[in-house]
Order: sequence, then C-alpha cells, then structure tokens
Amino acid sequence: MDKNKSDTGQPGPLQVFEDHVSQGEFRIQQCKDCGSHVFYPRYLCNHCGSSELKWVEVSGRGIVYSTSVVRRKPERGGDYNIALIDLEEGPRMMSRVMDVDPDQVTIGMAVSAHIGLIDDKPAVVFYNKEQGDKEW
Amino acid sequence: MVASLRGSAAVVGVGLTEFTGLPGMNHMEIMARAVERAILDAGIQKNEIDGIFSANFVELLTPLTVAEYFGLNPTYMDGTNTGGSVFVNSMQSAAAALHLGLCNVALICYGSNSATGPFTHPPAMHTVEDIYKPRNPITPYALAAARHMHEYGTTKEQLAEVAVSARKWAQLNPAATMRDPLTVEDVMTARMIVDPLGLLDCCLVSDGGAAMIMVRSDRAKDFPKKPVYMLGVGSRTDHNLISAMPNLCVTPAKAAAAAAFAMAGVTPADIDVVELYDAFTINTILFLEDMGFCQKGEGGHFVSNGNIAPGGSLPVNTNGGGLSCVHPGMYGMFLMIEAVQQLRGECGERQVDGAKLAACNGNGGFLASQVTAIFGTEDTL
Ligand SMILES: [Zn+2]
Repeated sequence: MDKNKSDTGQPGPLQVFEDHVSQGEFRIQQCKDCGSHVFYPRYLCNHCGSSELKWVEVSGRGIVYSTSVVRRKPERGGDYNIALIDLEEGPRMMSRVMDVDPDQVTIGMAVSAHIGLIDDKPAVVFYNKEQGDKEW
Repeated sequence: MVASLRGSAAVVGVGLTEFTGLPGMNHMEIMARAVERAILDAGIQKNEIDGIFSANFVELLTPLTVAEYFGLNPTYMDGTNTGGSVFVNSMQSAAAALHLGLCNVALICYGSNSATGPFTHPPAMHTVEDIYKPRNPITPYALAAARHMHEYGTTKEQLAEVAVSARKWAQLNPAATMRDPLTVEDVMTARMIVDPLGLLDCCLVSDGGAAMIMVRSDRAKDFPKKPVYMLGVGSRTDHNLISAMPNLCVTPAKAAAAAAFAMAGVTPADIDVVELYDAFTINTILFLEDMGFCQKGEGGHFVSNGNIAPGGSLPVNTNGGGLSCVHPGMYGMFLMIEAVQQLRGECGERQVDGAKLAACNGNGGFLASQVTAIFGTEDTL
C-alpha cells in the first residue's frame, strides 16, 4: 500500500488513510528514515522532513490523554464524547470513546481502536480496553 | 538582532467602537467607525497611513479591502491570519516594517459583526478531526481544561474565579457588555456546554471594531496623546489542531513571553497590568503560568480569592476581558488597546494607579498561536 511518489495521479496521504478506514483498516504512517510514527497523515515526516513514509498497522492500544463531553439535546442525538488518545506508537489523535457514558471517560483510561460508524460514516473510534479487543 | 525593536515603535492612536447596538452595520463599517476614532485620537489625516495590517474571519483579501475602503495606497500590507492573536502579531510586523522604513504610519484595524450579522466563514481545510465533530472552538479548550484539572488539581471553582474577576473589572468599565453581579456559584451552576466548560466559562460573542496607529518612536512625541512604546514582543506556535498540541497544559505563550520579556529587559514581577486573551476561563490560568506570573500548575490557586480582580495583587483583564467586556471573534486588538489606555492613565474607575508597564498575550486558534507584547510609558524606555 506504499504510495509511489514517482507517480502523479495517486491519492494523497489523507485520502489513503480515509480509504483504509473505509476498508475497515486502521493504519498510520511510519518514517523509513527516522523511524517515527506520523499521524495525521502527511506527505513529509513532521519529525525529520523525509518523504519516505510507509503505511503500517498499529496495535490499536491507546491511553486517554484528555476527554470532554459535547452537550447536545437528546432530540439532536444527545451528548457525545470527544477524547484525545495517545496511541501506543506515539502519535496522538482525536476520537470518541464509544462504550462508556461520555462523562465517564477518564484521563489515563486504557482504550482500544475499532472501526466504527459516526453518522453512518466509518471512523476510527475507541472502546474501553476491558470491553473488547482490536476489531479491524 | 531583534533586540533593536525594543522601544523602536509607539502607539499614538487608538479607537474602539461600542460593543453593542451596531445592528445593520457590516464588519467594514464597524471597522471604519473604529478607524475614524483612532485617526482622531492620533491627530492625523487618513492619507498619512501607508501601512495596513488587518485580518478577520469573514474574508480573505482583507488588506486590499481596507486600502480600497479608506482610499489608501499603502506601501506595506500584512494580512497574516493567526486567529485571535493576529493583531498582536500585526503589532510585531508593524514595528518591524516601521523600523525598516517600509512604512511610516501603520494602521492595525479590525471590525466584526459577529453578534448581529450573518455567520460567514471561508472554507477550512478538511482534517482528520472533522468526523468526530468537536464543537470548535470550545472543545479544544475544554480538553485543555480537563487535562489541567487532571495534572494539577485545578477545580471548576478556580475556573469560575477567573470569570468572576473579569466581571468585577467589567463593573468598573462603562463600555463593558456584561456588568451585572456574578458569583462563583453562578458560573459553576451554569449550563454545561462542553465539559468541563459551562456557559459562563465561555467568552461573549460581540460586535465591535478596534484600530491602532503606530509610528517610529522618534516621531512619537509629535502626536497629541502620550505615546505608549512597544518594549518587547514574541510570537510562537506549536500546532493548529488541538490533537497536534504537544502538551495541553503548556502553550506556546511560554516561549513567546520569554522572548518578549527578554527583548523588553523586564520580568513578570515588574509588570503593573496584564491583558490576556480569555476566550475561556482556562486561558487566563494557562497564560499566567506560561508567562511566568506564577508557577506551572499554580494558576488555579493564583486566580483565587480575588487575586486578579480589582484590589488583588495583579490586575488582569482590566476592561472585563473577552468574558465580560467584548469578544467579536478576534480579541487581540482589544487587549492591546486596554493596555495602551491603562498606560495613558485614561481608564477612569478601573485605572491601575501609576501603571507604567503592561503585558499582553494574544491567543489564536486552539491555544495555537501565542503572541506576547510588552508596552511601557516613556520612562520605561
Ligand atoms: Zn522522519
């Protein structure tokens, strides 16, 4: 799935990431030169500047770095969680913890990634670790 | 090299509009009302303006619009957009441009009809955060507040103290929008918007315009008002998306303020009055810590017991801030103008006696752009 930089006309890294998610896969980039994992998807490594980025599987394990609840009227779908998750590989991402009441998500909570749906669109979401393993 | 900007430029004119009662005026018309007042304050003719520094959230080619609107042919323009911090950043650019002779009379200006106008916004780039529907700009600040509470034991009550202190200053400012009494309990029991931030932890949405005129310091005494000198400035960023912020408890204000204080050759202990971009209550706590007015993690304690309210040890957000005075979307201009007016001694009931040194910190994006400026009176040069 490595992109071929000599080819024009290929989707960019953000599109590739979203295509993976649509196919039920959660992959992020890793720099071939400095070894850093990179997220969000970029054309250049934000650590060393290299364009030699490859797509890799992740463990899916993460820790909640911070969490909040967007308050929304029940008739509009109700409250939902927004959390920042520190992935085991290093990068941090925004997501939602789905299987815990939105205000019961806690900083430091261990979570694992799944491909879920938000408003019928596939998205990387997280579950409290005890309640399920990696599912993509 | 940057040290040469210390004291090189001065503010010689400021203008503010009313913050309510402007329905039917678009953002340029509101801006023009502020520019007219700044020109009058500086005692200049509008055609003397040859540097334009302007940005907003509703259009892309702002400096061109401004030049055309006022019938100006500037020799230098800057439409950099760093969010709400931008005008403090513009002040740095203006000082540099003035210093190099790229312009001679710099106008920094802003207008917004956020409260009464139609909501418009240029399209933003699609990002990996979009699908989760963060309620921006509140969610990023809520995430920072939650992390600060987790790491340092900061409480909802301490956040509320920030809002109450701002309100107490607003009660001394006839121009402030919100002047009714406010208690810690009122703030803590207000409707939750994005946990842990409730309605009264969030700034106002206002109309308002603001304008500032700067010249090189060697000419500063040729104008009618007491000049206020730029002594130091520092501008930093370390992210744009909140998920890319390295540490939600330490903002780029730490480095920005260090640079500004180093250029000015003063320390936080020397500062008489502080103006911070309080879009949310957590901001004031973060910036007081990052700028060195208290230790990291002690901001919640520092703002308690009226310490930053009128009569406290450090006057902070003396106009009432974005929380109680005015917040039209990009507040950075308003905090600089409050600093200038404090240093001129024009602030009436809320005047900080003998204020000679003011520190401002503009915040842009989601804690992303931080620009600190230190201003002083003539005897601090
Ligand atoms: Zn690299």
